[in-house]
Amino acid sequence: MNKVENNRAWFLVLPVLLLVAFSAVIPLMTVVNYSIQDILDPHTRFFVGDEWFREMLRDSQLQSALGRQLIFSFSVLAIQIPLGIAIALCMPTRGIWVAISLVLVALPLLVPWNVVGTIWQLFARGDIGLLGVTLNSIGIEYNYTRGSTAAWFTVLAMDVWHWTSLVVLLCYSGLRAIPDAYYQAARIDGASRIAVFRYIQLPRLAGVLTIAVLLRFMDSFMIYAEPFVLTGGGPGSSTTFLSQHLATMAIAQFDVSRAAAFSLIYFLIILAISWVFYTIITRATKD
Amino acid sequence: MDWMVWTLPSALFFTTIALILVGMTVWEVVQPSTFRRGLLPLKTTRGDRLFIALLSSAWFHLGWLGLTDQPVWYMTIFCVIWLAAVLRWG
Repeated sequence: MNKVENNRAWFLVLPVLLLVAFSAVIPLMTVVNYSIQDILDPHTRFFVGDEWFREMLRDSQLQSALGRQLIFSFSVLAIQIPLGIAIALCMPTRGIWVAISLVLVALPLLVPWNVVGTIWQLFARGDIGLLGVTLNSIGIEYNYTRGSTAAWFTVLAMDVWHWTSLVVLLCYSGLRAIPDAYYQAARIDGASRIAVFRYIQLPRLAGVLTIAVLLRFMDSFMIYAEPFVLTGGGPGSSTTFLSQHLATMAIAQFDVSRAAAFSLIYFLIILAISWVFYTIITRATKD
Repeated sequence: MDWMVWTLPSALFFTTIALILVGMTVWEVVQPSTFRRGLLPLKTTRGDRLFIALLSSAWFHLGWLGLTDQPVWYMTIFCVIWLAAVLRWG
């Protein structure tokens, strides 16, 4: 019997195609058009070709914003992933405390970004905030509005406070999915706690950890509202990340052509990183 | 369409991309592609190779613009050859 292949169901995708064209493709094409012209007002524009791209790629402010962004994103991963695993391992597995600890852990995730910024702005103040007052009273000079190192660590601590919970929840669900038989086998073999973690729990967490790494990398790479509220990108430009640099250029200075060239570069960075992650994930699940 | 501030080069660019996509779709319908392992260190279909070639071409252009003062179309010519090579041998 011949099996008839019919691909006509693909036509049902057309409405989505139109929606994506309207919300993403056509705006993106417009951004490309912006990026190769000098637009003075809606009626006066000049074709400049690759000039903005050359300028943006050699712009030292952009390069340092990109550097800060990469260091920030990798610091976020280096802290949140091990910390998230550790907390998930410590969480109770049965009884009333499961619900209580899950709610407690999930709480920071429910707080909106700009509110997190405001909380930390007050919490870290040297005169009225608990963190700021404590640090200053034990002799550490701490002022996030003046010291760039202090500002940097405050933004990092804020992101850890806000988002480690996501890693914890993902790892906790991954740990709960491990069948009890694995642990029984380990007990029979007399495996140590470290061996159980290394050979049972960690391999079984690989799937959720990839998702956690991907999500945390993406989110931290486009971080905007929290540092914007907390430090406004300062002092100087020590906590100005890519998105804020872009927003200043596009909205505050209304320099749409340069901002368009910059956002296309930003887009290509994200596209390349997402492709690498996607390829790793699909290959890992296939093997 | 005036609000989209079209220019001839960008119109040509998007027309080319659209024609490539239509052409690849027709090719896929006429002769469906299968996973194969070429010079690239992973198994790819024809569409994967097109995506890899286009994305790497974009990065080659950025590198060219950032590191040299030569006209951009030198790189464009190289990338056309690169695209064909990745599709054929990648």
